[in-house]
Amino acid sequence: MPTAAKVFGGYWFLRYMDNVLQKIVWWIPLLPLIGFLLNGLRRNTLSKKVAGTIGSITVLGSFVLSLLLFFQVKAGHSFNVHSFDFINITSLKIGFDFKIDQLSSLFLLIITGIGFLIHVYSTSYMQEEPSKDFAKYFSYLNLFIFSMLLLVMGGNYVIMFIGWEGVGLCSYLLIGFWFKNHENNSAAKKAFIMNRIGDLAFLLAVFWLITKMGTVNYDEVFSPVNLAKLSVADITGITLLMFVGATGKSAQIPLYTWLPDAMAGPTPVSALIHAATMVTAGIYMIARSNILYTMAPATQVVVAIIGLATAVLAATIALKQNDIKKVLAYSTVSQLGYMFLGLGVGAYTGAVFHVMTHAFFKALLFLGAGSVIHAMGGEQDMRNMGGLKKYMNVTHLTFLIGCIAISGIPPFSGFFSKDEILAAAFAKNRVYWGIGVVTAAMTAFYMFRLYAMTFLGKFRGTHEQEHHLHESPAAITFPLIVLAILAFVGGWVGIPEVFMHSGHKLGEFLAPVFAQTNVYIEAHHLQNELSHNTEYILMGTSILLAIAGIYYAWNKYSKYQKADIASTGISKLLQDKWYVDEIYDAVIVRPLKSLAMFFNNVVEKKGIDGMVNGVGKAVSYGSRQLRWLQSGQVGAYVLLMVIGMLVLFIIQLFL
Amino acid sequence: MLGTYFTFPELLIWLPFVAGIICFFLGKKNAAKKVALVASFITLAVSVISLFYTNDKYASYNNVSYVWLKYIGNTFYVGLDGTGRLLTLLTAVAFPVIFVATYNTKQKTPASFFGLMLLTQAGLMGVFSALDALLFYFFWELALIPVYFLCSQWGGEKRIQTTFKFFVYTFAGSLLMLIGIIYVYLHTPGRTFEDGTFSAHSFALSSFLNAGLTASEQNWLFWLFFVAFAVKMPVFPFHTWQPDTYDQSPTSVTMVLSGIMVKMGLFGVIRWLVPVFPLATVHFSHVVMMLCIIGIIYASCIAMVQDNLKKLVAYSSIAHIGLMCAAIFAMNQLSVQGVMLQMFNHGINIIGLWIVIELIERKTGVKNISQLGGVAQKAPVLTIFLVIIALANIALPLTNAFVGEFLMFSGLYRFNAWYTFAAAISIILAAVYTLKMIQRVFYGNTNTVTEAMTDISINEKISLAVIVCLIFIMGIYPQPMIELTKEAVSNLVAMVK
Repeated sequence: MPTAAKVFGGYWFLRYMDNVLQKIVWWIPLLPLIGFLLNGLRRNTLSKKVAGTIGSITVLGSFVLSLLLFFQVKAGHSFNVHSFDFINITSLKIGFDFKIDQLSSLFLLIITGIGFLIHVYSTSYMQEEPSKDFAKYFSYLNLFIFSMLLLVMGGNYVIMFIGWEGVGLCSYLLIGFWFKNHENNSAAKKAFIMNRIGDLAFLLAVFWLITKMGTVNYDEVFSPVNLAKLSVADITGITLLMFVGATGKSAQIPLYTWLPDAMAGPTPVSALIHAATMVTAGIYMIARSNILYTMAPATQVVVAIIGLATAVLAATIALKQNDIKKVLAYSTVSQLGYMFLGLGVGAYTGAVFHVMTHAFFKALLFLGAGSVIHAMGGEQDMRNMGGLKKYMNVTHLTFLIGCIAISGIPPFSGFFSKDEILAAAFAKNRVYWGIGVVTAAMTAFYMFRLYAMTFLGKFRGTHEQEHHLHESPAAITFPLIVLAILAFVGGWVGIPEVFMHSGHKLGEFLAPVFAQTNVYIEAHHLQNELSHNTEYILMGTSILLAIAGIYYAWNKYSKYQKADIASTGISKLLQDKWYVDEIYDAVIVRPLKSLAMFFNNVVEKKGIDGMVNGVGKAVSYGSRQLRWLQSGQVGAYVLLMVIGMLVLFIIQLFL
Repeated sequence: MLGTYFTFPELLIWLPFVAGIICFFLGKKNAAKKVALVASFITLAVSVISLFYTNDKYASYNNVSYVWLKYIGNTFYVGLDGTGRLLTLLTAVAFPVIFVATYNTKQKTPASFFGLMLLTQAGLMGVFSALDALLFYFFWELALIPVYFLCSQWGGEKRIQTTFKFFVYTFAGSLLMLIGIIYVYLHTPGRTFEDGTFSAHSFALSSFLNAGLTASEQNWLFWLFFVAFAVKMPVFPFHTWQPDTYDQSPTSVTMVLSGIMVKMGLFGVIRWLVPVFPLATVHFSHVVMMLCIIGIIYASCIAMVQDNLKKLVAYSSIAHIGLMCAAIFAMNQLSVQGVMLQMFNHGINIIGLWIVIELIERKTGVKNISQLGGVAQKAPVLTIFLVIIALANIALPLTNAFVGEFLMFSGLYRFNAWYTFAAAISIILAAVYTLKMIQRVFYGNTNTVTEAMTDISINEKISLAVIVCLIFIMGIYPQPMIELTKEAVSNLVAMVK
């Protein structure tokens, strides 16, 4: 029974707030949309200062609202908001609905929080653009935030899909932001098309759901009554198709090759879209559909294996890249692979946890790299860097924190989330763990290779560049500092049971989202528990391997000298990214083009058209034989028809 | 007065018809253009007003029938249902947009040009509202004949050849349909007119529905009608007239052809083919669908390697229409509702694309993708419009085409999952050719051809803005359009069951 105080102080207040929040939820995506429209429509007249402020303030507004929502949800008030019917026919009802629960409110915080920091960062980073393009940049960025918010807030798969394609579009626009250069355009196009392949699979999964259930609302799809309508084949097919969708958006095998190319876009874009938010959409989707995946063990195996394979493949490529952004791009692909491994072994909380910590440290690393590139006057090749430590204090320190965090050294954030995934992987299959932990060592190695080549040793660039070196302004260093703090402490919300009883606050918070899965697992006796001792050993091993990786990289690259030795063998293979792009080109792109040429030149022109022209010539010949239609001209035919029509009318008049 | 002297369908037919006749007699430079513009706006107003009188109690506003050729049982019977209202609205919206957008294009002998354009509009309105088979055929030809003239007189270099091919295709189709109509007519029950005249048969749609055709009769009659409609849509392999015709016709005619006239084929299937031959429709649904799906993939592939902008849009349109035709034959509520929306949306989007292409061609004298580049730097506003319309053309969510395609594919999936997998490949291919076009034409650096290009003028801006607004309105809030056609969809689906 609630006490009187509770009634007055808590219950009614919460009811009241609930009402208010339901009404203001709309403003979360709406604010960035307004920013987009303002900056987009008035791009020719707005000054840079105003454009940047509009862009940043709108996202800050969304962040504040998201924070309010978060506390509501934390107090146990999840809710759905319906605003209008998007499609409403007898056999299918799709509303423009939002679902605010633990999962979406967490993603809201990540998106708007990091989004805001990156907007602030961009006001300085993009300063050299003409003011028209500056405003255009911010309008795209705001549109991205809007789409991403739709994606995570949507209360059904269709609204998710709207956001899903929306973020793909923004990614396309921003990768190709400098559109005079065709390389950027091609990278943008590639990103869009590879995403679209995934989108298609996602759509097919939605059609499948509609056909079987007649609904796409999460609450209805995940209801036991509707789940019972799905056969094993249905559920496996649907989850696999959704996963293909996720491989597109989240850059997994076989659709990952667009992400490294996407580095053609401005660096803050890489940080926001291609590291912290958009690429985690696939993880969000699977975490959202967790009950479907739990019920499809075959799909889970596929997810885990693809995730693991991507993690390894991308990590090997990252070992040999010299472009600072490319290393980070492959690192992102690899870390996303970890998240999918987590999803595949049923560690949904771990995967979402890693999304969060990764958002902190990877955004930090990208923004740090941006700060470096800025100081180097656009240079991205690490072989021409070195010794930047003494020129860029804040960038250097924050970057180092990011590197330690991603390497999985406690008590930095990456350790907790990565370890949770690895422990779950061990419980499922020791091979998963073995490969995962080796990949972690590689990660530590290439990250510290990057760190050492950039910040340690002697400066290897030109004199002009050396003269130009400087620490970045506050608009750039402020986000770095905030993110560095988060990258350091961000993991403490998920301290494992072995260290601290009920230390996993995030797990407790997210529990309702995965409740159905947990019930299912318990009912089917699928739990895998690890003893505390095993967990200690696992952690110890991964920390040791990471330290070994760091040590090796530090030793090898802290005094790096440029050398013109062409790499050979496996080293060349890695440098050239396993030739995956070339293979795709030979196996898919070129045959498709040949087929299209064949259709165009042979089937269309010689085949069908040839036949028709033959008929045409015959008619033409025939008509030449008839004197009154001398030349076979169309006009004559037409005249005849008009006369025919008139005759009909005239007959009518006289009868 | 309305309902007593005039009904909506009559107004929609006679307004452009009379204005068109008037235009022929206006020799002066811009007089015909102005009359055409005003007439098209009045027609639009009538069409919009008619949307508020859809209720059954306004039946007398929407349907009218009077005796025409009574001794053969033919009446001038026109009426508007959801489908008709949708397509007459499309026709009514399209013409003013086209006239405004091409206001700066100079035509030789504008009097006959605009006269013929308006006659076409009258014919189209008639096609979409005729409830009598002979009348339908009459309007079908009335819509086509002016187009032959427009193509052959005002077209590009190869206009005669092209028009000839167009003519052969459509004429063959029309003849087959006429044979079909006569055959069905001879099987219809007789009727007695109010004045006591009796005719042995009747051309009325209701009589056609009661013709009592056997399954085997339906099976061959189906093809007589289908070929006529398939040519018009066009469906593979009856499509080769289209790219050439789109390429060679004056652009405003191409807009009419691609935006509205292709809907005549789809409309024919919905209004006549399916209801009159329900057994054959079910019987041949797989065959038709396979043709459509082959066409979708085939046309999308060819679009990928097209250098000619106009032909690219033509092939893209063949793919889109193929999907619509397939969705009709899936015959469920989802797919047919999708077709309804998409018929309207496709018309809007493709007219938008033509406006942009016409502008580029007019300003640069070039329509080959390989010769263009960097247009975005010279004409940023035009580029923004084009990008939005192109994205709508590839059915990005929150644009109009997404809703239609989503429903069509959902319905198709319900019919057959494998067909859907195959047809849906076009979603990827569409992105490939559209983005390639955007990249080559608009991005990159300018060259000698595009160097001197200027941005768009106010009338073009207005017409493109109208199109973009429609794209978003129909993409974000499609429900009113769904409501408009809901009943027609249920009726149609019920016919086959």
